[in-house]
Amino acid sequence: MNSAFIDFMRIRFLTMLAYRVNYYSGILIYTLNIGVYYFTWQAIYGSSGELGGFTAAQMTTYIAVSWMARAFYFNNLDREIAADIRDGSIAIQFIRPINYVMVKMMQGLGEGIFRFLLLMIPGMLIAILLFPVELPTAPSAWIGFLVMLFFSFLINSQINVITGLAAFFVENNEGMMRMKRVVVDLFSGLIIPISLYPGWMSAVMKVLPFQAITYLPGSVFTGRVEGTAIWNVLGIQVFWFALLLLPMVLIWRKARKRLFVQGG
Amino acid sequence: MYYMGLIWEYLKNYMKTRLTYRADFWVEILSDLLFQATNLIFIFVVFRHTDNLGGWSESEVLFVYGYFMVPYGIFSCFINLWGFSERYIVKGEMDRILTRPAHNLFQILLENVDPPALVGSFIGLIIMIFSGAEMGLVLEWWHIPALIILALSSVMIYAGIYTTLTSLSFYSDAPTGILPLMYNIQGYGRYPVTIYNRAIQVLLTWVIPFAFVGIYPAALFLERSEMHRMALLTPVMGLVFGSVGLLLWNYGVKRYRGAGS
Repeated sequence: MNSAFIDFMRIRFLTMLAYRVNYYSGILIYTLNIGVYYFTWQAIYGSSGELGGFTAAQMTTYIAVSWMARAFYFNNLDREIAADIRDGSIAIQFIRPINYVMVKMMQGLGEGIFRFLLLMIPGMLIAILLFPVELPTAPSAWIGFLVMLFFSFLINSQINVITGLAAFFVENNEGMMRMKRVVVDLFSGLIIPISLYPGWMSAVMKVLPFQAITYLPGSVFTGRVEGTAIWNVLGIQVFWFALLLLPMVLIWRKARKRLFVQGG
Repeated sequence: MYYMGLIWEYLKNYMKTRLTYRADFWVEILSDLLFQATNLIFIFVVFRHTDNLGGWSESEVLFVYGYFMVPYGIFSCFINLWGFSERYIVKGEMDRILTRPAHNLFQILLENVDPPALVGSFIGLIIMIFSGAEMGLVLEWWHIPALIILALSSVMIYAGIYTTLTSLSFYSDAPTGILPLMYNIQGYGRYPVTIYNRAIQVLLTWVIPFAFVGIYPAALFLERSEMHRMALLTPVMGLVFGSVGLLLWNYGVKRYRGAGS
């Protein structure tokens, strides 16, 4: 059973490897993204030394780390699941003795490992060369960051799976998937760190799961959150991971009872 | 005339398919608006912490964003090449397209029209009017024809870039992953390009000229004289990039050999 899951992961990794050319352009574009945000924030900072608790230098690091984290945790599980549901191939999954959601998560992980090795790490190296990124030196910060990054991946994938499974109920969830993408990029703090939002907006974002994807790990890695507070951050991530399991399992259970194949 | 009739038939078809998934239609409009809202939120949040961005005020940046939305809405409505490679090449639908008399690119674009995107263009116009009024800009006789010409030129630039990139899938076997990534960059052309370093400025002006779908043409209406020359260059860039895109596409189609089943 377990070895089957590992195979799913391995196969996805190898599939990604076959199309790796795409990822060379990915490195370029992610670096460009970091560059453009870097210059935009430089212009915003102008002469002021600190905004929302970030110094200009910390902001540079935050942008680089956030975009590179996205390079790792991003995946299209929602689209894959919706496509399986719409073309009816999900029916095959029902008769398999393996849990479909787990299969998807494992495939996502295979893709994640690929993205980590071939997109995030080379991208990060280029970003460090080009921009004044200041990375922590303590090994504990790195280990902590890697653990948090893994939870970013889990939470983001859970949200993707839930969005994808929604196709069982709304038949065509293209709009929902687009909306999810926008919400994740905005509310996770990728585009603007959450502490820069006006009070009520950051209050709303702090009770949503999205901040656990980018903002919290980014804050730890830029040194804004230190010491025991790091455990709090990890706690929030674990909390959201556990909480999101609930809707994921419930929707999957309900979905199996109302399968409605539209084609294929 | 023949092409006009085709547009009408395709739109009727579009309405039929969309009405099957009525709820999704509204969710899609909503998600488009939300996407636009994120950019507005970025501008609002940023200007809570600073009073200018490279010498451009909040109203000016908003106005530029309003302009940016107009061609972008038209572009997303009519030129939707997402997933071209998967759908038309890998699955072999291109063969079906090529057996028909109308131009292949025209058919593909029509099969993928997305009229709800036009809502964004209207909102862009409203943003331009409001932020323009805030700055005391007066509507002059040449503003409307200029807006039409500039917006259409900007659409041509989008069309050129995206057909060029999509036509790559005729030359290489791998489905192109560049498209969604390009999508991230296009927004940067709406910020004052002068804040970027030389390399990015050159990139956004001459290589992937997204500055011509936002800041340069909008500068004409804002009377920022330092960018007037660039604003007037917009139609030229539109023609050049539009033609390059079409040429590469046509050449790519000639090289196309059927795949899939």
